[in-house]
Amino acid sequence: MSVAEVIRFALRGLSANKLRSALTMLGILIGVAAVILLVAVGNGSAQAVASRIEALGTNTVTVLGAGRSATLTLPVAEALDDRTLAPDVASVSPVVSAAATLTYDGSDHDVNSFVGTTPGWFAASNTPVGRGAAFTADDEAQGRRVVVIGQTVAEELFPGVDPIDQQVTVGGALFTVVGVLAGKSSTGFQDSNDTAVAPLSAVRQVLTGYGALNSILVEASSPGRVSAVQSQVSSILDQRLGVTAGDTAPYRIQNASQLLETQTETADTFTALLGAVAAISLLVGGIGITNIMLVTVTERTREIGIRKALGAPRRTVLTQFLIEATLLSVIGGALGVLAALIGSRFEIVGVRPVIVPSSVALALGVSIAIGLFFGGLPAARAARLRPIDALRYE
Amino acid sequence: MSRPVLSIRDLRKTYGEGPTAVHALRGVTLVVPRGEYLAIMGSSGSGKSTLMNILGALDVPTSGSYRLDGVDVSRLADRQLALARNRLIGFVFQAFNLIPRTTALANVELPLAYAGMKARTRRRRALDALDLVGLADRAGHEPNQLSGGQQQRVAVARALVTEPALLLADEPTGNLDSRSTEDILDVFDQLSAAGRTIVLITHEREVGDRAGRLIRLVDGQIVSDVRQEPHLTGRHSA
Repeated sequence: MSVAEVIRFALRGLSANKLRSALTMLGILIGVAAVILLVAVGNGSAQAVASRIEALGTNTVTVLGAGRSATLTLPVAEALDDRTLAPDVASVSPVVSAAATLTYDGSDHDVNSFVGTTPGWFAASNTPVGRGAAFTADDEAQGRRVVVIGQTVAEELFPGVDPIDQQVTVGGALFTVVGVLAGKSSTGFQDSNDTAVAPLSAVRQVLTGYGALNSILVEASSPGRVSAVQSQVSSILDQRLGVTAGDTAPYRIQNASQLLETQTETADTFTALLGAVAAISLLVGGIGITNIMLVTVTERTREIGIRKALGAPRRTVLTQFLIEATLLSVIGGALGVLAALIGSRFEIVGVRPVIVPSSVALALGVSIAIGLFFGGLPAARAARLRPIDALRYE
Repeated sequence: MSRPVLSIRDLRKTYGEGPTAVHALRGVTLVVPRGEYLAIMGSSGSGKSTLMNILGALDVPTSGSYRLDGVDVSRLADRQLALARNRLIGFVFQAFNLIPRTTALANVELPLAYAGMKARTRRRRALDALDLVGLADRAGHEPNQLSGGQQQRVAVARALVTEPALLLADEPTGNLDSRSTEDILDVFDQLSAAGRTIVLITHEREVGDRAGRLIRLVDGQIVSDVRQEPHLTGRHSA
């Protein structure tokens, strides 16, 4: 008896129980689609986080003050811009920031971070100006009260008005708007477009006073030199601040690529968790398949008896049931992959899923293995029965 | 005379062991020549079903020899047994045992498919067999669309289609009304007239009367074996 014939028998067997076959396939479909899609969502969110962090600039390090003492001062920042001790440093931007209220024409708007810095900051922090211009080094040196506002601020304060050259009141002083920052994707909950940037000297004079800096943004000459910059910066700081080996440093150095690594690790954990949940659903689906296969074969033990009485060899019977089980799991699995591919074209909880190819192979492989094993096992048992026992089976 | 279709010698079958053992067959010896129409009668528990299952190669005897068309069936391995069931025996069950949700034609084709026959030839022979039992017009019907008598005639067609050396029927009319019984028995009469070897089990007197030879089985032993003139009452052409 030819293989094509056995396959035709298997197809006939499946179509004889359309509803049951369809439900079994549905179980596999959902299991496979869940695994692929959930892993894709985890992967997609990891990639989204990574691209946002990359947008922050991966070739910078940020020096933050630690502890209560005011360690980061302007002379410290200037000391970091040293061609001989720190040859890999491209630029140094001291940063102060404070919460402030901007007022224009009777309406006011609170920003969380009103940033005071030097012009180099725009390039180093990957924050380009969209309209107008950034302030200049001359503005900074002269302490001119000019400000570059974020898009959210522009929309809130100047609905329908061109904000360039308008004057806003901040902390009792008038600032002239010279530019609007280009829109930036937000990291986490904070709106990174809800900000304003002004020259360091003006902000210190008006808002923060002449105390410590909040942070120093140090740009490396290339992304590959970031760790070199980090060690150069820390050795200069240790020297200036009199830190000896064994002391806890009164500052912290944050590195965007380290942040990226941490975030990626977190995202990997997240993906693994989602994958585990999905794997459980595949397992439960697999148990469902097992159950249906057991019932199917048990119910058809009489049929197996009839077939054997008509002269079907054991192998033919076994092959027929194995092919039925394989077809169910292969078709169900393929439809599951298809459903996942279609589902991944849509945003799920704000994340654009990115399919991981190995998850497709894994989900499909597991579902086929379950179908084969649990469809084959009871079939093999039934095919081994003597025909008279199979016929008497109730 | 050619070799007998069926020859069994001192056939015994015991279920269970020790003091609780049940002796279903206690030494049955029987020879059936080609072309004979044999009925085996006995009350329930007489061992006739056990005998039939062994004759049909569905079950194996505890001891004794069984030669079917010259082949010693009791020594065959699983694979050859399947072949013997397919080529040498056509079996008709009391409960019809058609494959559910499968058309009459596909049911009749099944043994030919297991014999490895080509689809086209298979179809023609299956239709011929259905025609023989008068159901050519029901070829596309599924078992649950057929009456009991029609189902049993499909089963007879399925048993015939491989042209087996031996046609076995285990209470073929047990589940049928008198009208359908008559139909089935007419089919058997025709087959017998055409030279088929038929062994039939029954507990109904009038079914046994139609056969050319009648054996009575009591407690797993043959108590009478008579040749008789077939009693063809109520015969009408099918």
